[in-house]
Amino acid sequence: MFKEYLSVTAVSGPLLLAEHIEEVKYGELVEIELENKEIRRGQVLEVSGDKALIQIFEGSTGINLTGSRVRFSGKSIEIGVSMDMLSRVFNGLGEPIDNGPKILPEKKIDINGSPINPYARDFPQEFIQTGISSIDGMNTLVRGQKLPIFSGSGLPHARIAAQIARQAKVLGKEEEFAVVFGAMGITFEEANFFIEDFKKTGAIDRAVLFINLASDPPIERIATPRVVLSTAEYLAFEKDKHVLVILTDMTNYCEALREVSAARKEVPGRRGYPGYLYTDLASIYERAGRIQGKKGSITQIPILTMPEDDKTHPVPDLTGYITEGQILLSRALHQKNIYPPIDVLPSLSRLKQKGIGRGRTREDHADVTNQLFAAYARGKEAKELAVILGDAALSDIDKQFSKFADEYENKFLAQGEYTNRTIEETLNIGWELLKILPRSELKRVKEEQIKTYMDK
Amino acid sequence: MIKGQIVKIAGPLVVAENMAGVSMYNVVKVSKFGLVGEVIELKQDKVSIQVYEETIGIGRGEPVEDTGVPLSIELGPGLLESIFDGIQRPLDVIKQKTGNYITRGVSVPALNRDKKWAFEPLAKKGDKVSPGDKLGVVQETVLIKHYIMVPNDIEGELIELAVKGNYTITELIAKIKTTEGVQEITMLRKWPVRKMRPYIEKMAPKELLSSGQRVIDTFFPVTKGGTACIPGPFGSGKTVVQQQLAKWADADVVIYIGCGERGNEITDVLLEFPELKDPKSGEPLMKRTVLVANTSNMPVAAREASIYTGVTMAEYYRDMGYNVALMADSTSRWAEALREISGRMEEMPGEEGYPAYLASRIAGFYERAGQVVCLASKEKRIGSISIIGAVSPPGGDLSDPVVQATLRIVKVFWGLEDKLAYRRHFPAINWLRSYSLYLENIEEYLKTVAPEISSLRSKSMRILQEEAELEEIVRLVGVDALSDHDKLTMETAKSIREDFLHQNAFDMQDTYTSLKKQYNMLKLIISFHERSLKCLENKISTKEIFNLPVRDKIAKSKFIPEDQMIAFDYLENEMSQVFEKLFAHHTEKK
Ligand SMILES: Nc1ncnc2c1ncn2[C@@H]1O[C@H](COP(=O)(O)OP(=O)(O)O)[C@@H](O)[C@H]1O
Ligand SMILES: [Mg+2]
Repeated sequence: MFKEYLSVTAVSGPLLLAEHIEEVKYGELVEIELENKEIRRGQVLEVSGDKALIQIFEGSTGINLTGSRVRFSGKSIEIGVSMDMLSRVFNGLGEPIDNGPKILPEKKIDINGSPINPYARDFPQEFIQTGISSIDGMNTLVRGQKLPIFSGSGLPHARIAAQIARQAKVLGKEEEFAVVFGAMGITFEEANFFIEDFKKTGAIDRAVLFINLASDPPIERIATPRVVLSTAEYLAFEKDKHVLVILTDMTNYCEALREVSAARKEVPGRRGYPGYLYTDLASIYERAGRIQGKKGSITQIPILTMPEDDKTHPVPDLTGYITEGQILLSRALHQKNIYPPIDVLPSLSRLKQKGIGRGRTREDHADVTNQLFAAYARGKEAKELAVILGDAALSDIDKQFSKFADEYENKFLAQGEYTNRTIEETLNIGWELLKILPRSELKRVKEEQIKTYMDK
Repeated sequence: MIKGQIVKIAGPLVVAENMAGVSMYNVVKVSKFGLVGEVIELKQDKVSIQVYEETIGIGRGEPVEDTGVPLSIELGPGLLESIFDGIQRPLDVIKQKTGNYITRGVSVPALNRDKKWAFEPLAKKGDKVSPGDKLGVVQETVLIKHYIMVPNDIEGELIELAVKGNYTITELIAKIKTTEGVQEITMLRKWPVRKMRPYIEKMAPKELLSSGQRVIDTFFPVTKGGTACIPGPFGSGKTVVQQQLAKWADADVVIYIGCGERGNEITDVLLEFPELKDPKSGEPLMKRTVLVANTSNMPVAAREASIYTGVTMAEYYRDMGYNVALMADSTSRWAEALREISGRMEEMPGEEGYPAYLASRIAGFYERAGQVVCLASKEKRIGSISIIGAVSPPGGDLSDPVVQATLRIVKVFWGLEDKLAYRRHFPAINWLRSYSLYLENIEEYLKTVAPEISSLRSKSMRILQEEAELEEIVRLVGVDALSDHDKLTMETAKSIREDFLHQNAFDMQDTYTSLKKQYNMLKLIISFHERSLKCLENKISTKEIFNLPVRDKIAKSKFIPEDQMIAFDYLENEMSQVFEKLFAHHTEKK
């Protein structure tokens, strides 16, 4: 058995310091037994001499210096996985909370995972049709991509994520897919929205849910995405499933990290977040993709709320530096009652190039998208000018662009929560809207394409 | 060998005691897994070590063993077409050994020991040889002759040299009699990565490193042996520019360092480069490329090393007389690795938590670029390294310490702007803020390739600057307030931006434009502008000018194939006729 110590000498925030430890390993799992026999779990953050600094996932409330026992497991934190996890609900550390039976693990996996060798990766390029024009047409998602939703408080990110989960499919294929859902510090209501939606559509049978609510211990959130992704990797790379991972809300995750960093008195980086936030987030987001010779895949849709809608806040900023694009929601569009309020201009899918075009979506896709981008950008600029100087100040052409921008928002961006457009429908709407503009302004599309798709 | 024990573990930083006698920057083997680490601080008998592999699960009291040598990499045939991690472990071999995930403690040599290379001698017995002199040559890939040179600390008489034949890199190929005895030479070399490889002298770079990117070559060029940086927020196009340069730059050898960035971007290069053909030779681009990949999820300390691993390989090929282009994407991740280790060592933080030595480290890295006269006693051999570093400042804010320290040293600044990227104007290089300090250096060189391009450039720049001022006016009082002359300026500026500066990296035709064609394209635009000015003087309306159908052809001139440059002459001709007609028509009316 493992040695037990009664030598807790300090507790501060979510951290605990144990001394006179004979054998301890960096990162290992620790059990803390409180005086009332309650067991909590922790992880070694630093070893220095005979001292071990431990972060306690369930928080330090009730721990005292005299009666707490610390046991070192000699192992890192693991999750036992099995196919029986499908349709089950767990807490943020992977323990069942749905009153169902215990999971008999097929195997145990270290939740930290290991980096995928870039040489072993396969490049994601299969188009996923989400049925949402502003994603499929403009910022296309491909299988194995990590594409976050940058949202703000009160914006309908949950509805969009649920719609994607409901409608996403790879054209011409009926394959086994699964959803692994990780909630970090969100409200019961929001978590319940997802669960109900999964139930309604039957997706629940193929879903594994890990729920850490706002009322649950914050430090537990640090483990949640890792538990989620370990499960996803098992399903994708050992059980051949195409896994969609939804992680919400990454901002809460980062706040938990910040709390630990502050308790350790580390030199704070921007807005108090630790300097290693980029590296830490990368260790989560990079656990997506495809591996050569493996059937399954992991597509990640992390959701985060931008404090004060500020895209340069460290959480969205560092996320954008790691993920393969971002879907940015706009409060202005939301207030105009446009659903989904996706601001296509600052949104981006870095992997779309290889997922679109002939044989994947349609041969005109890239060009018509570029044309729509350029036209919408110009139309928005014209509209801004009109706000200052009035419509009369616009040239005739700018007036047409301004009209285009309005129509584009109302007919292309706006669609129902249950409207599932095919990629052809999406692209055709785009062509239809371009008719508003003079031909000579359509510089990004080719003559033959105009003939085929606009004049038909 | 010195052997101590671990007393502290904090992420990538490990402290060991009983290590008295170890030298700074030596490599040590850490813990029972034998992880690779490097000594970065000495304090009595304690040493701080940055560990290049994951430290989870290692314990206090575990052993630390000195290897007696500083962090070094292997140099020799077999580097090209390879992919290494930050400390030069071959990722393809690692995959064979350990599967799809990178596990720690694997030790594999960087270069293949079994492969035989066809060696041809270039010297003869009895020659007096000095460092850098060629002993022989190996055709490493179809594109690159790999010269086997006398190692840097050896001088004397060649008393034995292998005959033409096939040898592995560890087989003896030469013996040199020196004052300190006979030295046995193989094709394999080792070099400590933190030490600059010597050369005879540095020269002022005068030759353009052509990249096929219009905004770069024509407006903000970099030289062979030059330095450039490309800062910008996420999604503004740093990686695409770096990859475009890796693809189309007219360098002999390309070293591409993925430092703390996305795994899929490396995979992209790995899958794409063997398929893409070098425009000069028609051979696959991979044949001239070495990849160094330490992605964001790989151990953080190895990111710090990856930059030095890459530049040391670059120096090695430079020493053979090649023009090497090195891309580092992104130097910010390297600086952050430096910051993380510094923080764990509880050093006094400077700006934004970066260590005080940040600027000197950045300068030290870029100083390894340059055009040089290589070490060699029998010929004047010239080689160069161009370094192009991406910088990823938080929130795109250029006051970031890494950006500022970089700008103090590099000579070219390509400032990316998210506003341009949102409009899908790519490359999103801001034409008003960016600069190149090499314009004068390459003046002479350009005269031979594309004369007049300098004057076209300055004319265009003036128009673009005027546009920015006019836009202010339009924003205040509307477009109608502009004179015809100003309206023309606005239209020409738009044409420069949309038809010349804008370049789609993903379009087969548009992705690369030779300097000659760049010149032709810009000449059309400026020529149209100047003819239009004449029209205005003669009271011809802007409307008539703007409605000329020939403008459309100018806009599409980017799609004229490289081998049909004559089409530009036709277009120029057509334009001159169109304008003549316009004039004639106008005088008639009068
Ligand atoms: N020259 C270009 N041509 C076409 N698209 C580009 C170009 N440069 C950038 N892009 C687009 O912008 C996206 C982001 O570019 P990237 O280089 O990955 O940005 P960064 O490295 O600055 O985050 C790319 O995925 C691509 O869609
Ligand atoms: Mg990038």
